[in-house]
Amino acid sequence: MAKAHNSISTEKLQEIARDSRVWILKAITEANSGHPGGSLSLVEIITSFYFKWLKHDPKNPNWRERDRFVLSKGHGVPALYTAMALTGYFPVGELMNLRRLGSPLQGHPDRVRLPGIEASTGSLGQGLSVAQGMALGLRLDNIDSMVYCVMGDGEIQEGQVWEAALSIPMHKLDHLCAIIDWNKGQIDGQVKDVMNIEPIADKWRAFGWNVIEADGHSFDALDWAILAAKENAANKTGKPTMIVADTLKGKGVKFMEEGKNAWHGSAPSREQLEKAIHEIMTGERK
Amino acid sequence: MTTVKPIATRQAFGEALAKLGETHKEVVVLDADLSKSTKSDLFAKKFPERFFEMGISEANMIGAAAGLALTGKIPFLCSFGAFISGRFDQIRMSVSYTKAKVRIVGTHAGVGIGDDGHSQMALEDISCLRTLPEMTVLQPADDLETHAFIEELAHHPHPAYIRLTRQNVPRVHTSANKLKIGKIQSLKPGTQLLVLATGGLVGNSLEAAHELEKQGVSIEVANVSTIKPLDAEFLREALKRHKKIITVEDHYVIGGMGGAVAEFMAEAGHGKLHRIGVGEEFGQSGTPEAVMEAYGFTTPQLAKRFLSFHKA
Repeated sequence: MAKAHNSISTEKLQEIARDSRVWILKAITEANSGHPGGSLSLVEIITSFYFKWLKHDPKNPNWRERDRFVLSKGHGVPALYTAMALTGYFPVGELMNLRRLGSPLQGHPDRVRLPGIEASTGSLGQGLSVAQGMALGLRLDNIDSMVYCVMGDGEIQEGQVWEAALSIPMHKLDHLCAIIDWNKGQIDGQVKDVMNIEPIADKWRAFGWNVIEADGHSFDALDWAILAAKENAANKTGKPTMIVADTLKGKGVKFMEEGKNAWHGSAPSREQLEKAIHEIMTGERK
Repeated sequence: MTTVKPIATRQAFGEALAKLGETHKEVVVLDADLSKSTKSDLFAKKFPERFFEMGISEANMIGAAAGLALTGKIPFLCSFGAFISGRFDQIRMSVSYTKAKVRIVGTHAGVGIGDDGHSQMALEDISCLRTLPEMTVLQPADDLETHAFIEELAHHPHPAYIRLTRQNVPRVHTSANKLKIGKIQSLKPGTQLLVLATGGLVGNSLEAAHELEKQGVSIEVANVSTIKPLDAEFLREALKRHKKIITVEDHYVIGGMGGAVAEFMAEAGHGKLHRIGVGEEFGQSGTPEAVMEAYGFTTPQLAKRFLSFHKA
């Protein structure tokens, strides 16, 4: 039976994060299509869950007592596929079939095609509602698992998110923990210019959530935030948790970080991939 | 038709659901502040721990129902059909594509609701939902059929939409025994014309056909309570018996049951079709009786329309 790998060191997690960034970019380059910016901003968040905090069993993806992890910002799925491959859901080589016809690795998550994906997402704003239903169902069955849901910051412009934001505290779902990948970018520009959603933390606090702000690229900060969410659940506070994770779009690759939204939804060339891998592996930022 | 007192299919649904809750612990129910109207309150009173009040937030309710289905529950989500089909993307993604076995219950079908007017009338719900792969689309004709369908939905392998009336409708079946999802049933034999009716207008269509029988016109009436998947076997056989078919529904003719039959007949390559329903116009307020008359759905009006197509 799988359990949370609580013992893994921060150094090891950082090493996994480095490898993950390389796999993500390789897969997107191979597909010549995908969303590198919002995948790279997710890496530490997803690595922290899949390698440390998530109660899951890659060999038994339908294990009833598992924690649920819903990626509502479906376009960030290369980061999720990479974590799933590296934890043994499927062979790592499968990552090179991203977006290929017939592949279980669809452009956005598809739970029917790929065991281990909890919800089919990609039309933004819907994952948190599905996560709510899972939390309601698990509570009815007296299953003590957590339900996690990762959203994009631009995604919370969707009205449905705020329906869920009202409803989840009302139903006292303290085992639900949402995370916002606050990477500040969206397709048409910076979130603050397209449709400002700040102050994010204050909004969720006003809706009755237990809000935690954390550096979304620091494993130590994420440890602290996720532990606080689990404690909040254990204490049966009746409040759901929202982790606002401060991140950088394109994190780890200088030209993507600086190019900002140009890298929301376009694949790097082979040359750009080489440059990016060199930077990720050596830490030399040119 | 029998002499049993007419009853709204939403009322039959509420009673059937409360009964289903007794034998199926996995059944859960969600409503968006309309439980007194959809009649899901009958379940809520009996099983409060399995009833979720979701407030006036249909989009979130649809997602939450999907999440419940993914943990092994059998969720029935209830609202007016107009409000549910309006959240099409949530149904498309979180229910259909996810293959979450949600039972979507849309009441207040068509102009038959009267007074409240267009905003509350589901008129495009069948068209929308039947485009989704593997979505079952149902519209029972009376209380017996509603009970049979709700019971069958506990085990149905696909997501499903069931469309119900606000207004009372006469009982058209004599027994619940053979009422199964997927079957068109012939309710009255006839040789000169086939009327395919669905939902709240099955009773009126049947009555109209009986009236015309007295005038020497022989009309077969069949009940299309499963609009998707359409009973192809019945229709293939029916096209051997009849050259002329009329569809009758309290829904837009574009894309509704009549649309589905039109698609079938076009591919079959023969038969002449006339679709009765709501055309290129909106619903409106009025007493249910006045509104039904305004759209040509009363029994005498249907009889006249059947006759004129028969003679055409």
